[in-house]
Amino acid sequence: MLDFITRIFGRESSASKNVAKERLRLVLVHDRSSVSPQILQDLKADLIKVISSYMEIDEDALEVNFENSENQVALIANIPIKNVKRPANVV
Amino acid sequence: MGEVIVVTSGKGGVGKTTTTANLGTGLAQLGMKVALVDADIGLRNLDVVLGLENRIVYDITDVTGGHCRLRQALIKDKRYEGLFLLPAAQTKDKTSVNPDQMKELCADLRQEFDYVIIDCPAGIEQGFKNAIAGADRAVVVTTPEVSAVRDADRIVGLLEAAELRDPKLIVNRVRYKMVKAGDMMSIEDIIDILAIDLLGVVPEDEMVVITTNRGEAVVCDDHSRSGQAYRNIVRRITGQQVPLLSMEEDGLMSRIRRMIGFK
Repeated sequence: MLDFITRIFGRESSASKNVAKERLRLVLVHDRSSVSPQILQDLKADLIKVISSYMEIDEDALEVNFENSENQVALIANIPIKNVKRPANVV
Repeated sequence: MGEVIVVTSGKGGVGKTTTTANLGTGLAQLGMKVALVDADIGLRNLDVVLGLENRIVYDITDVTGGHCRLRQALIKDKRYEGLFLLPAAQTKDKTSVNPDQMKELCADLRQEFDYVIIDCPAGIEQGFKNAIAGADRAVVVTTPEVSAVRDADRIVGLLEAAELRDPKLIVNRVRYKMVKAGDMMSIEDIIDILAIDLLGVVPEDEMVVITTNRGEAVVCDDHSRSGQAYRNIVRRITGQQVPLLSMEEDGLMSRIRRMIGFK
């Protein structure tokens, strides 16, 4: 219904080219960041190394991905913690 | 010493072969000596677009493989002085030619011709690498669609990685009415995203289908907008400054003017 009204009162807001342009912009940010699976793998390995000296993490469940949200691309890391070391144990 | 230009796009079906045929024919019309090279091995098409499909004896792999001389494989287009085609092989695959052979082929061709225009296959694999290997300049063809522009962006990156800098863009199949209504990305939108120089804009035009059906190039059709667009692009390639076709000029008056040959 709302879509119908906006169509009557001016197409500008629903112009499909704006949708196309925005989708294209986001997908290109992702494409251009040119992060190959290998680099993502290396990044994961480094993250594990760094975090492991502070806490015990579930390496198999670790997820690192790029995500497109509203108007930006973010690096999202989900790192399940198994156990946190005592402060004295921190290397 | 001639110039080698590769026509590429990433995505298939955006008009690489049509563009190659029209640029070549247009340059030949200006009196240039032009060699068109079909680098799409296995999916030969430039021959049918040019209407030369019945005259093929040898193909590009015969030349690179040493089975014939370059001169024997070049088909002369009898309609235009100075226009030649080196057809692709239809029964082989893209690995039957390698980048070094393409470089050598381009070096030989540029001795004889003012322009060597290479029709690149779709994709970014071996065929693409072969097609760009011997080129001095690149023309990227796209259409105002998300998928085509995305692939064009990828191609621009790969061209730069291969040290083919400063590629020029042709936006094909633009529908001005849809652009006006906000339902198709405009030239400005596309340039804004790809950030490369514009070589020209070709409107969507039924005459392209009609001329291609006959094995002719629309660039020779004096009354069509797409023909005019290609003629402008051809002149820009030779270094002339030619203003863009205006979007507004699709009214009845301009159509009449074109019909009676004023434009």
